[in-house]
Amino acid sequence: MSSETKKILTTDGIPLEESLKKAEKKNKLKAFLLVCPLLLFLIITYVFPIGDMLFRSIDDRMVTNMLPKTYKAMEKWDGKDLPDEEVFEAFYLDYKKLVEEKTFGKLATQLNYEKNGFKSILKKLKRKMKKFEEGNYKEQIMGVHKRWANVEYWRALKRRAPAYSYSKYLKGVDMYENEDGKIVQVPEDRRVHKILWVRTVEVAFFVTVLCFLMAYPIAHLLATLPMKYSNLLMICVLLPFWTSLLVRTASWMILLQQQGIVNDFFVWIGLVSDENRPEMMYNKTGTYVAMTQILLPFMVLPLYSVMKTISPSLMRAGKSLGGTPFVAFWKVYFPLTIPGIGAGCLLVFILAIGYYITPALVGGASGTLISNQIAFHMKSTLDWSFASAMGLMLLTGVLAIYWVYNKLVGVDNIKLG
Amino acid sequence: MSKNSQFVKFDKVDKSYDGKVLVVKDLNLDIAEGEFITMLGPSGSGKTTCLMMLAGFETPTNGEIYLDSNPISNIPPHKRGIGMVFQNYALFPHMTVYENLAFPLRVRKVSKDDIDKKVDKALSMVSLTGFENRMPGQLSGGQQQRVAVARALVFDPAVVLMDEPLGALDKNLRESMQYEIKHIHESIGVTVVYVTHDQGEALTMSNRIAVFNDGKVQQLSSPDKLYEEPVNSFVAEFIGENNRFAGQVTEISNNKCKVKLDSGSEIVANPIAVKSNGEKTMVSLRPERALINSKEKMENNFKGKIEEVIYHGDHTRVRLDLLGNKEFILKVPNSSANMEIKLGNQINVSWNSFDARALDPK
Repeated sequence: MSSETKKILTTDGIPLEESLKKAEKKNKLKAFLLVCPLLLFLIITYVFPIGDMLFRSIDDRMVTNMLPKTYKAMEKWDGKDLPDEEVFEAFYLDYKKLVEEKTFGKLATQLNYEKNGFKSILKKLKRKMKKFEEGNYKEQIMGVHKRWANVEYWRALKRRAPAYSYSKYLKGVDMYENEDGKIVQVPEDRRVHKILWVRTVEVAFFVTVLCFLMAYPIAHLLATLPMKYSNLLMICVLLPFWTSLLVRTASWMILLQQQGIVNDFFVWIGLVSDENRPEMMYNKTGTYVAMTQILLPFMVLPLYSVMKTISPSLMRAGKSLGGTPFVAFWKVYFPLTIPGIGAGCLLVFILAIGYYITPALVGGASGTLISNQIAFHMKSTLDWSFASAMGLMLLTGVLAIYWVYNKLVGVDNIKLG
Repeated sequence: MSKNSQFVKFDKVDKSYDGKVLVVKDLNLDIAEGEFITMLGPSGSGKTTCLMMLAGFETPTNGEIYLDSNPISNIPPHKRGIGMVFQNYALFPHMTVYENLAFPLRVRKVSKDDIDKKVDKALSMVSLTGFENRMPGQLSGGQQQRVAVARALVFDPAVVLMDEPLGALDKNLRESMQYEIKHIHESIGVTVVYVTHDQGEALTMSNRIAVFNDGKVQQLSSPDKLYEEPVNSFVAEFIGENNRFAGQVTEISNNKCKVKLDSGSEIVANPIAVKSNGEKTMVSLRPERALINSKEKMENNFKGKIEEVIYHGDHTRVRLDLLGNKEFILKVPNSSANMEIKLGNQINVSWNSFDARALDPK
């Protein structure tokens, strides 16, 4: 059949498709030019930084480039016993060059990430190196510090040989590649990140649940009240939204501290004794309370926008057909609000999982989240590649949640407004 | 089985939303079992409020509503067993047609087999068999309407309320649905309370019509009586077209009265709402009751000038300047005898005094 159908021509004899394309071309170009600035902006501010972050998290060329001769010599080394003289000589030459260029400090920092104790022996080597004689570098270097004679340090050095590595990702989940090339967990007392990941997901989950429980009735009230009251209530919901995040968090600090208003109130109504005021800040409680309050509007607004579209006659129909108010709500109203619930929960969960300021200020030691750890590595240890790796793991986690959500509920069902 | 003539009874019902204005004033209304009664009135006349009070979504401020002799003001809507068809259908958009119809049966814990049977029956009643698995969004307006009707009837309620159910449909569909609903009513004999502001709809479908205005029932009677014998000028004006003459009664006797119009002429009319000489009145005359060039001898016979002629196919509407009323409408059948209807011509118009009803002056 299709072979028989002729191309439809316009009156001028030009194929219709071609003619249509020509006619639409100008409009398409116009549309493209209109979105062009935004597209550029997105590429510059979003695609590039994320790409750079991804690259930085696996990029390990710095050490590789600093010690070219060493790694070339190490290619033949099996890693079992101490390397032979050739490697020691290459290392000496590489390091000497770094000392002359005054960039040996970076190497020391990087190698110290890999194995503690590297920094001090490298510094000592720098001091002693000036008196080195030519030849037999193995003996001379091993004489600087006994750690230089420890094969573990040379193995650590070799692990940094590849230009690209995923070791930062392993570190993010408290694992590392050991001397035999196996991926194992770090000792129990040093497993910090796993706790943080679990806590982040836990906090995000419960904040989402709390927000949902509180926002649903509010949104319902907003959607059903007469205009003049609902506007006022809407302003009450949005008012915190317009206040600076820092101010809101700080006010929670004032409220929740041990001599704060909430505790005073508890003492006053006799819930707790004056000597025994509960700690509600610098722990998880503070994080929960403050984050729930701050993220509440993100749940209320999508719910409200969905509820607003549900005709009140549907509930009436449910009741007039014999459903009790609860049945009418559960079978008719609730299923219709699912798109709003999905949107709100997704929004709040994703915002909560990467939340930073609030847990940093009111979280204390037991209430900090993974984002605080990322910030710590960005600002304090300056291990940017590790921070990037954790940032990307967080991003991947969010995308995974989005994917699961799409499978379960369907993204088409989301309604943000 | 004798039918209860007071199956639904509004007893001195008042309703106010804000404590200042009465939306429904002292409503007394009896609805017989199996009757199709229509509440007709302009918007804001209180007809929908009455329906909502009957359904249980509004409570009467004063008075009581009885359903089968039981007061129902304290019974919540879901226990009243009244089916309702809403203005915008109110089908549950997340359920299929089958689930929509099964909803009232499921909440009543009807067994699965019985649900299937009843849903089948209800769907065949509205000729939608085979649509069970469609979603409401996939149906046309008319089909959604029928599903809504089927859903209101599927659990065999004693009373079905319909709140302007045909308002959203186009004219042709509306007319065919009117007949369909009427036929369903006739075949199953359920009591229907129907609310509309469309008089054509009310006249076609109802056993009786309650004309509402200003929170009160102005007239409650059968469609023909309502049209032929309106009891006051609001009903005369609201139902159908009507020519009006304002004047004063100068002479009144048995079944006849003379009314002096503001223009000075005198006409003979049928005294309905006037009792004595000197009363102000509004004389109402249906356009089709005034004839042109009639050979019969009639009490009222006047000359008028044709101001406008509008061709309607089967008939022609003629606007006359008659007795000082420039809006006098005539409906002239389209026949060869009426060829002299031309703009500016003078023609003879006559009517019987019985058809000219002297009503309240308003």
